[in-house]
Amino acid sequence: MCRLKILDYAISSLWRRRFKNLSIIAVFTIMIAVLASILVLTHSLRMEAKKILLDAPDVVVQRLSAGRHDLISESLIDTIREIPGVGEVSPRYWGYYFDALTGGNYTLIGLEGGGSSGLSMLEGELPSAVACCAIGSGVASARQLEIGDELVLIDSRNIGVTFDVVGIFVSESDILTNDLVVFGNDDLIEFFGLPDGLATDISVQVYNEKEVPIVAAKIKRSFPETRPITRSEIIRTYDAVFSWRSGMLLTMFFAALLAFCILAWDKATGISAEEKREIGILKAIGWGTGDILELKFWEGIVISVTSLLLGLILAFLHVFVFDASLFAAVVNGWSVLFPKFRVTPDVDLYQIFVLASLTVVPYVASTIFPSWKAAIADPEEVMRT
Amino acid sequence: MILLKARAFIAVTIIQVIVLAGLVTWSAGIAKTRNAKEIPQKRKLVQRLELTDLAIWTEARYTRHPSQADFFAPFQDGPSSLEHFPAGSVVAAPDHLRVAAADR
Repeated sequence: MCRLKILDYAISSLWRRRFKNLSIIAVFTIMIAVLASILVLTHSLRMEAKKILLDAPDVVVQRLSAGRHDLISESLIDTIREIPGVGEVSPRYWGYYFDALTGGNYTLIGLEGGGSSGLSMLEGELPSAVACCAIGSGVASARQLEIGDELVLIDSRNIGVTFDVVGIFVSESDILTNDLVVFGNDDLIEFFGLPDGLATDISVQVYNEKEVPIVAAKIKRSFPETRPITRSEIIRTYDAVFSWRSGMLLTMFFAALLAFCILAWDKATGISAEEKREIGILKAIGWGTGDILELKFWEGIVISVTSLLLGLILAFLHVFVFDASLFAAVVNGWSVLFPKFRVTPDVDLYQIFVLASLTVVPYVASTIFPSWKAAIADPEEVMRT
Repeated sequence: MILLKARAFIAVTIIQVIVLAGLVTWSAGIAKTRNAKEIPQKRKLVQRLELTDLAIWTEARYTRHPSQADFFAPFQDGPSSLEHFPAGSVVAAPDHLRVAAADR
C-alpha cells in the first residue's frame, strides 16, 4: 500500500510538469518505435531470406574476366559433372533489361521446359512455346498487362519483339518475382543475342551438402577464372544485408540511440530548482532518502515503461500492419519496381529484451542519480538554493 | 476513490501489455500460416526458377543480385567513384572485405 501511495504521488508530481513529461514520453516513444521497427523488420527479412533461399542452387559457377562477371563456356559443364558427388549441372541464361517506357529494370530469366508448372504462386503457366513469357506482378502493373496480353521488348538488335503473357506471378511472391520476366531458354538466348555455347553462369547440384565447399574448391582449382558461389554464401549475404548493423539501418539505429543518450544525459546532469525544492520539502516533512529515491524510481518507471510499451506497439503496427511504409522512402532507393515489404513476422524476444534494458534501465538510473545527490544534502540548504 | 492516479497508471499499463501481447500473438499466427503455406511455395519457386536473390532493389546489378555481384561491385563504373545508388548504403560491405580490413 505504501508503495502504491508513493506511485500515486510520483504520478501527481509528473502531472504537475505535464507538458515537459508528456513531451519526453512522445520523444521517447518515437525513438523506441524507430529502434524496434528496425530490429523487427531486419530480423523478419533475414529469417525469411534464410527460409526461402534454402532451395537456391547448391553452387553457382560464374566466370570472371578482368575482375567482372562474364559469360561462361558451356564446355565446362561436362568436366564439372565428372567431379564425384556432383548431380545435375545446367547452364543458366539470364540478364537485365532497362525498360525505357517505365524507367524500370527487369530481370530476364531463361527456363528449360515450361508449361503447367505446379507452382501455386503463378497464375497461368510458365512459357513452353516460342514467344511466350511469364511476368512478375511488378512488371504486370508497370506495363498494365494481364494474362493473354502482349509484352513488347526491344532486343539486342534494337528490334521490338512481342511475347504473349501466359503467366503472372501472384503479388505474395513479389519479394522473389516482382521484376521477373521468364522466357524459354531459346527465346532468351535469341533476345540477348548470346553467342553459341555461352551461358550467364552454371548451376551445380551437389548430392551431399557437406561436400559443397569441396566441390566448389575443386571447380575453382580446375577453372581458376571462375568464381563458385555456394548456397551458404548466398544466405550469408542476406544475413549481412539485413543485419541491423549494416549501412543505412545502422545509421538510423544510431541516430535514434544517440537521441536517447542526449535525453538521458540531460536528465542525469541535473534536476530543476523546482524539483530540488520539492525534494527539500519532502525531507523536511519527514521523508527519508530511501523514500525519495523510490519516488524518483517510480517517476522513471512511469515514463520509460509507458514509452517502451507504446513504442513497441507502434513498431509492430508499422512493420506488420503498414508494411514498414515509413522506411520505404529510405530503403527503396532509386528502384522503380520495388516490392512491398510484406514480411512474415518473426520476433526475436531477445532483441526486445535488450532494447527494453537499453532504454528503461539507463533512463531510470538517470532519473534517480541527480535526485540522490539532492536527497543526501541538507534539506534547508536544498530549499534555499 | 483513493490512489486514483496509481490505479489508472496500472490499468493503462495492463491495457498496453494486453495490446502488445495481442499483436505478438496475432503476428505469430500470421507467421505460422505463412510458414506452412507461403514459404514452401516460395521455396518451390526458388527451386524451379533457380533463383539466387531477392527481388528488392532493382536499381543496379549489384543491388538486384547482391550475392552474385563482383567483388568490388559498387565501384565498377569508375574505379575511384563513390557509391552513387541509395540502396548501396543500405547494403553492408561483404564479409571478406570486413575481414581483410580487420586483418590489416
